[in-house]
Amino acid sequence: MLNRRLLIASVTLGAALFAAPVAQAQDKSIIVASTTSTRDSGLFEYLLPKFKAKTGITVKVVAQGTGKALDTGRRCDADVLFVHAKAAEEKFVKEGYGGPRHPVMYNDFVVVGPKSDPAGIKGMKDVGKALVTLMNKKADFISRGDNSGTNKAELRLWKASGVNIDKQKGPWYKAIGQGMGATLNAAAASNGYTLTDRATWIHFKNKQNLVIEVEGDKRLFNQYGVFLVNPKRCPHVKVDLGQAFINYLISPEGQTVIKGYKVDGQELFYPDANDPNA
Amino acid sequence: MPDDTSALQLVLSGDPTLFAIVRLSLFMSLSAVLFATLIGVPFGALLALTRFPGRETAIVVANALMGLPPVVVGLAIYLLLSRSGPLGFLGLLFTVQAMIIAQAVLVTPIIAALARQTIEDLWAEYRDEMAAMNIGPLQRVVTLIWDARFSLVTSLLAGFGRAAAEVGAIIIVGGNIDGFTRTMTTAIALETSKGDLPLAIGLGMILIAIVIVINALAWVARRVGERYAG
Repeated sequence: MLNRRLLIASVTLGAALFAAPVAQAQDKSIIVASTTSTRDSGLFEYLLPKFKAKTGITVKVVAQGTGKALDTGRRCDADVLFVHAKAAEEKFVKEGYGGPRHPVMYNDFVVVGPKSDPAGIKGMKDVGKALVTLMNKKADFISRGDNSGTNKAELRLWKASGVNIDKQKGPWYKAIGQGMGATLNAAAASNGYTLTDRATWIHFKNKQNLVIEVEGDKRLFNQYGVFLVNPKRCPHVKVDLGQAFINYLISPEGQTVIKGYKVDGQELFYPDANDPNA
Repeated sequence: MPDDTSALQLVLSGDPTLFAIVRLSLFMSLSAVLFATLIGVPFGALLALTRFPGRETAIVVANALMGLPPVVVGLAIYLLLSRSGPLGFLGLLFTVQAMIIAQAVLVTPIIAALARQTIEDLWAEYRDEMAAMNIGPLQRVVTLIWDARFSLVTSLLAGFGRAAAEVGAIIIVGGNIDGFTRTMTTAIALETSKGDLPLAIGLGMILIAIVIVINALAWVARRVGERYAG
């Protein structure tokens, strides 16, 4: 008797649970695979309610590193990608997984490190020189090591400075394979240096002794792009709703919203949808 | 969740986001335990009461699966439910249902292994009596599960503990989507990554308090049940 009652209860619950996605399919929502930096910076919490109020579309953000987000798109598990690694994005589009890519905004990377600055890089204008100094002094450096946009930017900077980091890395170089926030936590806990996007940095609450050491070098710009996952490959992609989100981001209205997002009076993202080279 | 607040403030002010997250966590973990019970208890009883070749191996495997790594389970379910995976047509990735499936997979071996031990111990007491009464195997399973029901509560609580504390699997298959698939544990992971360690710890305390309350309720229910069952 107990078993029958349990059985009925579970069948009912099961039916209710698995009928739910069918009901959801009718409401207006899209899945956007994006980066931890856009989430941790608080931009989505500011922007998405405005977008929803205008269009009625719910945006479900899955925040991943750029590498993982591109993979999610390749697997057809998202409608729109909103990421920051231009070369990888262009490759993704060229291989037919999605597109066309639209530039949306940029922010910039900064090198942060302990206030005491044991390697003496504070105020350097040349980020390459700063990184080489860190390497030569074997100062603790925490790398994302997770194939994210920030990680790719870091590896690009080492390469541009003539350093083969794979060969040079030793115990001083710690690739922890985690998101931006976790990497900043690790740097704060171990008095190490790391590369972070400015948006996450300003929003980050556990800075402890960390300060910005190097900023302003042109090579530290961090461009974001947005594009639809290819509906020909992935028939479930919600083309109309996804395109509405993309159009909003690159419209004058969306660009103004992005420009208006400030934390502690600081602008975090600089809209540049109209820059054809971005 | 709003910025610059402590977990205590969120509780005291009745923050709707926090309560939605708590509700989702409970719904998810309890559903997973329910499904795991429906599969795990009968399976554990079968292992306890039947003799077949490979039974010992099955017991060792069930016991070992109690230690299934959540991240691996999460990844496997992710690949299954992905649009490009074999079950992609269901469209379940990044939903609460996907999280329930992942947790049920993690919890079932715990409930099955513990139920097997409980029922096997009880059978040792009942065996002669049941043999004398000439009770068939199916009736045996039902009777023993019923008579062991109060002891089995502990297995269910062990399973619930695993589900409520788990983050590795659900953050992969659920995606930690704000307002949809964000639970207590994934919110804690998120606040940690934002560097808001006090809020993360505060949410952790709330989670522990909820788990204690659930266990206390189960204890009371068991006591009351035992009294009436005489």
